[in-house]
Amino acid sequence: IVGLGWFGMQTVTLIPGDGIGPEISSAVMKIFEAAKAPIRWEERNVTAIKGPGGRWMIPPDAKESMDRNKIGLKGPLKTPIAAGHPSMNLLLRKTFDLYANVRPCISIEGYKTPYTNVDLVTIRENTEGEYSGIEHVIVEGVVQSIKLITEDASRRIAEYAFEYARNNQRSSVTAVHKANIMRMSDGLFLRKCREVAEGYKDIKFTEMYLDTVCLNMVQDPTQFDVLVMPNLYGDILSDLCAGLIGGLGVTPSGNIGANGVAIFESVHGTAPDIAGLDMANPTALLLSAVMMLRHMGLHDYGNKIQTACFDTIRDKKVLTKDLGGNSKCSEFTADICRRIQDLD
Amino acid sequence: VCLNIPGFTLCLKRSVLAPVSLRPPPEKAQSALIGQCFWVFRICPPPALYGGRHTVTLIPGDGIGPELANHVCELFRFCCVPVDFEVVNVDSSMDSEEDINNAIMAIRRNGVALKGNIETNHNLPPSYKSRNNLLRTTLDLYANVMHCQSLPGVRTRHRNIDVMIIRENTEGEYSSLEHESVPGVVECLKIITKTKSLRIADYAFRTARAKGRGRVTAVHKANIMKLGDGLFLECCKEVASGYPDITFDSMIVDNTTMQLVSRPQQFDVMVMPNLYGNVVSNVCAGLVGGPGLVPGANYGEDYAVFETGTRNTGKSIANQNTANPTAMLLASCLLLDHLRLHAYARMIRRAILSTVTETRLHTADLGGQGSTSEVVRSVMKAVQSTGPLTLSI
Repeated sequence: IVGLGWFGMQTVTLIPGDGIGPEISSAVMKIFEAAKAPIRWEERNVTAIKGPGGRWMIPPDAKESMDRNKIGLKGPLKTPIAAGHPSMNLLLRKTFDLYANVRPCISIEGYKTPYTNVDLVTIRENTEGEYSGIEHVIVEGVVQSIKLITEDASRRIAEYAFEYARNNQRSSVTAVHKANIMRMSDGLFLRKCREVAEGYKDIKFTEMYLDTVCLNMVQDPTQFDVLVMPNLYGDILSDLCAGLIGGLGVTPSGNIGANGVAIFESVHGTAPDIAGLDMANPTALLLSAVMMLRHMGLHDYGNKIQTACFDTIRDKKVLTKDLGGNSKCSEFTADICRRIQDLD
Repeated sequence: VCLNIPGFTLCLKRSVLAPVSLRPPPEKAQSALIGQCFWVFRICPPPALYGGRHTVTLIPGDGIGPELANHVCELFRFCCVPVDFEVVNVDSSMDSEEDINNAIMAIRRNGVALKGNIETNHNLPPSYKSRNNLLRTTLDLYANVMHCQSLPGVRTRHRNIDVMIIRENTEGEYSSLEHESVPGVVECLKIITKTKSLRIADYAFRTARAKGRGRVTAVHKANIMKLGDGLFLECCKEVASGYPDITFDSMIVDNTTMQLVSRPQQFDVMVMPNLYGNVVSNVCAGLVGGPGLVPGANYGEDYAVFETGTRNTGKSIANQNTANPTAMLLASCLLLDHLRLHAYARMIRRAILSTVTETRLHTADLGGQGSTSEVVRSVMKAVQSTGPLTLSI
């Protein structure tokens, strides 16, 4: 929870991103203006530059802005293929030690999927696990990938999961693992979760195998509340849950880092084919921004904007193409702004 | 055939004893019987012993395993199937690996097995390995095959699913190679080898061709695990070039799960390494109606082991007569097909499917109120009504 700054306005670093990024960012800014949210935006670009010593890093003004503001909102970033530098998301993650990826998946009334009443949160450890990138060819034709699990990272993510559950009035936390096969690594993760659970007796703690979670998730997702897990399982499960509610175009996401840094983002792609055509759907970025408001303690504004957004989608009159309508992004945005003003 | 002489066990190779006429010549095994048999390749089913009866190892396992194994025995006895079961119990609470080694020996002896899931207590130290995994790796059962099909009469959110999942069963994340470098830092090794990846890819494409399926999708995470899954993908592409009649594409695993819950009808045959196979097969089983409906098969060069597709022990519903026997019974039909007892397999499968889809006698997991024994009796009645001589119910 960040305290309010100068004149009660909180400054947030905004990274519009590429492709449809700029248009959905401006849509979000318009909606925040209509809601009179006490947020001031500071736009920054994070295209990697080569720093002294030849290491790739994000531009120093972007880093300085994030370190100062602590809160960021990010649009989709282009994946560089031949640029020579690693993926921007990876760079951001390393720079700010974004250790927790939080994805709340809530069914959107009005956007029909075969699954109803989904209301769960996946919390994924984001720094180690199977994605440590430590791989080598042992002999010709034999490759070894190392999955790294450490006590500190596991404890940190478990603590964050329980804190999140407590702050957001969630009743249970489920650790997802495969300790029957990966006894030491997932066993360590599980032990840390159990230890942290001891300190949060008000929250129910359960453990479930990854395959059981997958099996039950597609049959009855309503039985799950908060799920905490290592990197790979988190990647798969969070995308599975996003699929349950309608895909990456409507799913918010937040990355929590050390030192109070938090970057909220939309996880869909840059959609270069519709960039600049006013066809993009800003819902994912908008819901991430709502997550951001809640993280900052501005629950009223967050609820207002979310209600307006869900009402617009439920009404089905002004929907963008991916939601099944044929309205423009600007029309969708204007409708949400109008509803916010009506709510006031 | 094994002769137990005090002090040592003498195992005679089957080829020495089998009458020549019952074993198809090796070069014909691959081509001649495609279309007639379920799985044909280099795996020769064990020849029938004297009297025309097969001996199959039966490992009841834990949880609902023993009761389902009993039902299979009952059903086979009722239908006069020429199969005798050699029951080998594996006690999962025992520390020593003697039990599972006995089971492995029995499977080597008989060549085929039907098994329930053996529980693994994950709170035990790493020296206690998963018995199921030990069985799979020792017998080199490299392909796990699960065929998920929507059944009429079972209400699910998605219709018309028909996916075949082929999962590498012996390496990948399940290598169980872990170490604690310093206290608090654990490394777990995921091994991907070229030979095993080529082998599973080849198996997938041969299966697709044998079953007349047009598309194989490789599921991977090569954008992150560039060397490991990259090698797997390379091997799949290499094998795909030898099968120009089959379309090959690939998909990243997180996108795959997202597509599976929104549009599962787009998938045909999927091939993948071990862990992704675990996730995808459970998702698909959930999509077609749950763990009680889908059978699974594990094939190796020399052995075949059949079980339920999602490998659950069902501890919470053990001995309550509420478990769904469909998966285990369908697994026993796959077993019969492997033994080339196709008439029996067809008869029993038809009866099981009619119970699920026509009679609609469903157990609790499908939203019904039938008990396990009621379902089995219904299957027996359905078999009896098709005409062949059976025992009385």
